[in-house]
Amino acid sequence: MKKLDYLDELEAEAIYILREVAGQFDKPALLFSGGKDSICLVHLALKAFRPGKFPFPLVHVDTGHNSPEVIEFRDNLVERLGEKLIARQVEDTIKVRKLQDGKGKFPSRNALQTYTLLDVIEEFEFDACIGGARRDEEKARAKERIFSVRDEFGQWDPKKQRPELWNIYNGKVDKGENVRVFPISNWTELDVWNYIKRENIELPSIYFTHERECVLTDAGQLMANNEFLSLDETDVIVTRKVRYRTVGDMTCTAAIESEAYTVDEIIAELKDSKISERGATRMDDRISEAAMEDRKKGGYF
Amino acid sequence: MELLRFFTAGNVDDGKSTLIGRLLFDSKSISTDIIETLTKQSKTTGVDADIDLALLTDGLRAEREQGITIDVAYKYFSTDKRKFIIADTPGHTQYTRNMFTGASNADLAIILVDARNGITDQTKRHSIISSILGIPHVLVCVNKMDLVDYKESVFKQIESDYLEFSKPLNLSKISFIPASALAGDNVVTPSENMAWFKGKSLLEFLEDVEIFEDTEIKDARFQVQYVIRPQTQELHDYRGYAGSVLSGSFKKGDQVKIFPSEAVTTIEKIEKNTIEVDEAFANEPIIIHLTDDIDVSRGSTIVPVNDLPVAEKELEATICWMDNSSYQSGQKLLIQQNSFRTKAAIKEIDGKIDIHSFENKESDGSINLNDFCKIRIKTAETISYDSYRKNRKTGSFILINENTNSTVAAGVIG
Repeated sequence: MKKLDYLDELEAEAIYILREVAGQFDKPALLFSGGKDSICLVHLALKAFRPGKFPFPLVHVDTGHNSPEVIEFRDNLVERLGEKLIARQVEDTIKVRKLQDGKGKFPSRNALQTYTLLDVIEEFEFDACIGGARRDEEKARAKERIFSVRDEFGQWDPKKQRPELWNIYNGKVDKGENVRVFPISNWTELDVWNYIKRENIELPSIYFTHERECVLTDAGQLMANNEFLSLDETDVIVTRKVRYRTVGDMTCTAAIESEAYTVDEIIAELKDSKISERGATRMDDRISEAAMEDRKKGGYF
Repeated sequence: MELLRFFTAGNVDDGKSTLIGRLLFDSKSISTDIIETLTKQSKTTGVDADIDLALLTDGLRAEREQGITIDVAYKYFSTDKRKFIIADTPGHTQYTRNMFTGASNADLAIILVDARNGITDQTKRHSIISSILGIPHVLVCVNKMDLVDYKESVFKQIESDYLEFSKPLNLSKISFIPASALAGDNVVTPSENMAWFKGKSLLEFLEDVEIFEDTEIKDARFQVQYVIRPQTQELHDYRGYAGSVLSGSFKKGDQVKIFPSEAVTTIEKIEKNTIEVDEAFANEPIIIHLTDDIDVSRGSTIVPVNDLPVAEKELEATICWMDNSSYQSGQKLLIQQNSFRTKAAIKEIDGKIDIHSFENKESDGSINLNDFCKIRIKTAETISYDSYRKNRKTGSFILINENTNSTVAAGVIG
């Protein structure tokens, strides 16, 4: 017997985890951002549950700072699959909870998403939330379990993680607590792209090169020029051929200069790339060494 | 391309994190922005080298502050030959449970020995844990050879000491490599300082080492994770049992027995990704359809009628206790084996394994954090299993505290 190819092995592991969620929880949800990782999760869910329906809705926490292409892609996908989508707006949370919106030139709502996420978990009493986070993204993520138990405030306590052995997942929680589940924990960015290629998975157009008007930041990053930014006359606006390596709040997610027009070209580009996915695209992780650890402790994904 | 999962055991003092850092660094798996951050940080840790490679793996604030590894960190890299997943596990006794966690899925163990100290209690502990977990291959990496002038005699002595000590253990394959993680000797490229060593460098070894396959286990085992019943008009009678083939293979038409119900039936159909297939193999996620409408639910095990597992309400196992709170006599527990879960109780504690000598000592009735004990468990429902030596998938389990929901122990049946 031949050993499975590594992509088959990663796929099998992810499907196994998705089915464990279906088997262990009463009210699971799949957090869907419209990014490549959560699109892969949807593809894996099709393999895990068809011809049945997904045993969970897709939940989108919308910062309101998404590019329209992503929202359109999301709506088309949901319609094509006939699955349920629950979308919640960070904008509404800000109003209801009287929160301070993001400030400054690039008013990110990345931190504010946590409020909306915790609210939607409470509203539907979700006991498990599946997410597309990967361990190769960031050091704190590299330490997190596949089944990551959160307390009733959504907090991650790295010192109280449950041991997780073999392929045995303990998703037992009390009412009010929930488990964040990461089926593609062991995938790298390149694995995701190789899988997208192999499975011929469709993605939002912003992943591929296109001309875009951008603001050149002091750190040399390219931020899409859009209505959410507060620019002044000193800002440099340039038009460049760019694509996104990651989809997120457009005020804190940078585009990268790229000529990659196809999945093959993206894979070639990534193999050459000297910069990590989060390093290339995220402004928020540059703030401090433990930024992600702190956000996770506060209930973030 | 194949995937190799390995774990590294040792302390930062042994240069474990430095070794991993070196593997990632020299195989060009680290991005420049991360190197930049590290260079900045390294200046504050006071390590002499330009980059403190240990900072690559210690991801939590507490770990960076204390300069130790507390929990497992997973790291990924690939070469043209293989893709690798490293579970970087802590070495200190107090984090033994975290090491056990990281090691459970590994194909290979890398045990680090400081060339100056030779075999220590820690080396023994890590080897014994590898033995209990049945890790197919152990690589002893004798590190810091630069500090003993790259002497062959030092390496040879450690090699023979280790082989002597490990005789009573169940380690099937043991290899040795002399190295210096800090200087880069024998990590990625063969060392010029140790021309006497004719073996492969660590990376070459990892690329070429034979991986023991679950697929080599013949016994066909399948467990139901989830029952798919679309209940739509066109799929009104559809009832499929979703799960992964744990070991062996299943064919359409196979006569099978279901546990715990012990009903006998036939495989009517196997689906893989909605397409019907004639046969399914180890690790493949599939949906099985049975000819008879019998009691099958999550946790039910399906096996061929001519190759049965043990099915009892009792089992003997070696467990590692993982909870901060000690075992309370009569404690209510759940046992979980893959997707099968039932109530359980520890009936007898047959002994405590001294993880420095591998001796089975008489139990005083207590089970504390990081203890390895031989126990007998009784279960509420019949559990079907194989010995762990025979089958890692059906011979392993965890124990859950019914009250706190914590995973309190992990066990191997045997």
